[in-house]
Amino acid sequence: MSTLEVRNLVKEFKVRDGLRRSTLRAVNDVSFTLSAGRTVAVVGESGSGKSTVARMIAQLETPTSGEILLDDAAIGRRGRALADYRHQVQMVFQDPFASLNPYHSVEHHLARPLKLHGVARGKDVLPAVYGLLERVNLTPAPVFAEKRPHEMSGGQRQRIAIARALAPGARFLVADEPVSMLDVSIRLGVLNLLARLQREENLGVLYITHDLATARHFSDEIVVMYRGDVVEQGPSDEVILDPQHDYTKTLLAAAPEPSRHGRLRDEVRAELAAG
Amino acid sequence: MTATTTAGPLSSAAHAEHVARLTPVLTAHDVSIEYEVDPPVRAVQGVSLTLHRGEILGLAGESGCGKSTLAYGLNRLLKDPAVLRSGEVTFHDADGTDTDVVALDGDALRAFRWDKVSMVFQGAMNSLNPVLSVRAQLEDVLTTHRPGLSRTERGERCAELLEMVGVDPVRLDSFAHELSGGMRQRVMIAMAMALEPQVMIMDEPTTALDVVVQRDILREIMRLRERFDFAVVFITHDLPLLLEIADRIAVMRSGEIVELDTAEQLYAAAQHEYTQTLLSSFPSLLGDFSYDDGEGAGR
Amino acid sequence: MTDTRTRTAPSSVPPSAPPTAPATTSKPPRRGLRGRLAGQGKLVVGLGIVIAIVLFAIVGPFFTQDPRDSDNAAMLPPQPGHWLGTTSLGYDVLAQLAEGARGSLMVGVVAGLLAIVLSLLFGVVAGYTRGIADEGLSLITNVMLVIPGLPLMIVVSSYLEVRSLFVVALILGATAWPGSAVILRLQARSLRKRDYVSAAKVSGERTPRILMVEILPNLLPILTAQFLFAVILAILGEAGLSYLGLGPNGSITWGTMLNEAQGGGALTRGAWWWFIPPGLMIALLGCALSLINFSIDEVIDPKLRSAPAAAKSVRKARRAGLDVTVHDDGAPVRSGTDAQKEAVRR
Repeated sequence: MSTLEVRNLVKEFKVRDGLRRSTLRAVNDVSFTLSAGRTVAVVGESGSGKSTVARMIAQLETPTSGEILLDDAAIGRRGRALADYRHQVQMVFQDPFASLNPYHSVEHHLARPLKLHGVARGKDVLPAVYGLLERVNLTPAPVFAEKRPHEMSGGQRQRIAIARALAPGARFLVADEPVSMLDVSIRLGVLNLLARLQREENLGVLYITHDLATARHFSDEIVVMYRGDVVEQGPSDEVILDPQHDYTKTLLAAAPEPSRHGRLRDEVRAELAAG
Repeated sequence: MTATTTAGPLSSAAHAEHVARLTPVLTAHDVSIEYEVDPPVRAVQGVSLTLHRGEILGLAGESGCGKSTLAYGLNRLLKDPAVLRSGEVTFHDADGTDTDVVALDGDALRAFRWDKVSMVFQGAMNSLNPVLSVRAQLEDVLTTHRPGLSRTERGERCAELLEMVGVDPVRLDSFAHELSGGMRQRVMIAMAMALEPQVMIMDEPTTALDVVVQRDILREIMRLRERFDFAVVFITHDLPLLLEIADRIAVMRSGEIVELDTAEQLYAAAQHEYTQTLLSSFPSLLGDFSYDDGEGAGR
Repeated sequence: MTDTRTRTAPSSVPPSAPPTAPATTSKPPRRGLRGRLAGQGKLVVGLGIVIAIVLFAIVGPFFTQDPRDSDNAAMLPPQPGHWLGTTSLGYDVLAQLAEGARGSLMVGVVAGLLAIVLSLLFGVVAGYTRGIADEGLSLITNVMLVIPGLPLMIVVSSYLEVRSLFVVALILGATAWPGSAVILRLQARSLRKRDYVSAAKVSGERTPRILMVEILPNLLPILTAQFLFAVILAILGEAGLSYLGLGPNGSITWGTMLNEAQGGGALTRGAWWWFIPPGLMIALLGCALSLINFSIDEVIDPKLRSAPAAAKSVRKARRAGLDVTVHDDGAPVRSGTDAQKEAVRR
């Protein structure tokens, strides 16, 4: 079974504050494994290091120490080996407005990875582009292929981003907060799409988010991060329904929960009455 | 005006009963706001809304539905090319007088704004002036609206305001970039509280904040409400949040309020299909849910 | 009754922006450069003048006499046959102006192109690649930036005894690039962090291609502005050099005309037809290029364009009686209750 394993990953950034230089440890000893057909969610607030982990796996950053193993072999970082890695591991970015180049059409965005990774050539490229658009439910495909990013809604752009990530025929997908910048009623559709594609392609998905609810229902395993450290890790339902670490408990208590209607007000009233 | 009669938002009997026991503080009737672009865009269409003393009214909807535009309209803060096409907005003061907000202008409008109705803006984190200290910005509000205060009194009031929102008065001399996101938001709330208004309109006040910080800010808002008994219009797309903290919720879509009900009613039995769609977009943390592929054409 | 077609404000406005006119997603806007620049008075005027001058430069010399033919009466004021008069040596001014147009434009364009190529190299490559390459290129850029341009031009010019038009253009281009390089470097640095660049990298694109395909198109407006700026500077610079006698030998440019006019005592003799036309042409061209630059600025930053338009459309709406807060004549509907006025006075 194909696996993408992350072992003892550490990332330090040099920070300059005036004349002083210090090191910021954004990611401190993170380990988990992605397997085909399963989703791992990395949950945390801003500054937790979750996006940095995603970027390291996408090879947009180099780890300070630790290893990333694809099918138990150390990943290649340059030349042919890097190209192979890129063929297998792709990424969907958070901001649908920023992840597509405003100058290029949808067709360009999708055709490039198809050609780069030898998935389609010459006159096979356009049908392949249309095929991708249909897989992400953007039909009629020829109409969408000609559009530019600013002519589409956030949800549509994100679907293009997903199609682009699928184009090379990747086995692993890193989704960095894929729906947090989308309108609420569209999020469900995009996550459903990701779930379907995962099933159909047997993808291993890394789902980065700050939203515990979607993390729980979308993924099989949850890794909770706080300030660079992994504070809790385990099967989704267990982490959510039976949290062990205090931070996880705080996160769960802080999430809006409609069934707790009025509780905050009662707490505040009691607090003011007492003190 | 449009020829079709608008049926008004879906509501329930429980809502009517709930509302009957309350006193209105801000009434909006048939408000329409249009963006004068080519072709003109109706951002808010014939919206009628009543805010009652001391309540939290949630205004829920996605981007582009007109909720922020409506809030700006109620406060007479519309920026070109937005124009208030029609409608009446009445403020029912605690001392018994009624003010026609639409008719205000000049000094009267300035006196009304911030003193009776204040606002915490969207992107409040970036609404603080980066080159002025917190003290300077707070004092600015006081010098404009309470010119009678002496300098010491102003300083004391500023310190008091920061304490009220849970920020150490030592921070009066800090600048915006030296404060965390949560702290900046608290400062914005302090500014909005400065004149002890009767209504506070909050436009997505916690959207960009982490969930833990968000809860702290909400707690602070609740505390202030218990103390000063102001009404809140809480604008956000986060429906579960409103379901937890709001008394009543108005759901907006395409410039209209499609459903208006108490939070409990909305959670238990939402009537409008759009409300139901919105609710279904937020899977319950503790309940059951699964992402399946029964979805339609790409949106 | 105005026709207010109700449009569903679509969900393309990011939640963190203050309420602005909702963007359209249904109908694609007019494509391409022309579509985006439509309705720009500045651009039309600027382009019109530039095209007129370029046509004059290309076609003019065919219709005028030989600019080096001194077989005319000297110092003639404008008259039929010599529409802009003659110089103190008997050259026809109009002919010289047309030839000079060719010369000045050539200097401007060559210098501009050289400046852009160099600033692309030192700016974009440095900004994108960072590391050692960036440090090295930036060092050179900063040194060149600090060396004052005009003195350098004077030194180089006076060192070379024989200066062709082309050489002068090269000198001007070689001293004009550092400013643009700094700007392009900063732009490239900012663009490199954009998500679509990261996405291209993750897709497997290689650096040179990313530079060409992802970054360069987004730099096009700034690049164009910098190019036009460099052309203006070059033409003015050449005029300056020629005025100091350090311009191209043997060629005719507007700058050399000014130099000869001064040497031939045009000012004292009141021969305005000799020095005003070349000066005016330089000023006109500079003005036209600047106008084009301004309209490019508006393309880069649409807010420069939309704010005045927004205010105008609101004024129009108010005059049509569409704003419930004001009368048709702009006066407020009511001026508040007496109680409020009292409250303010207190």
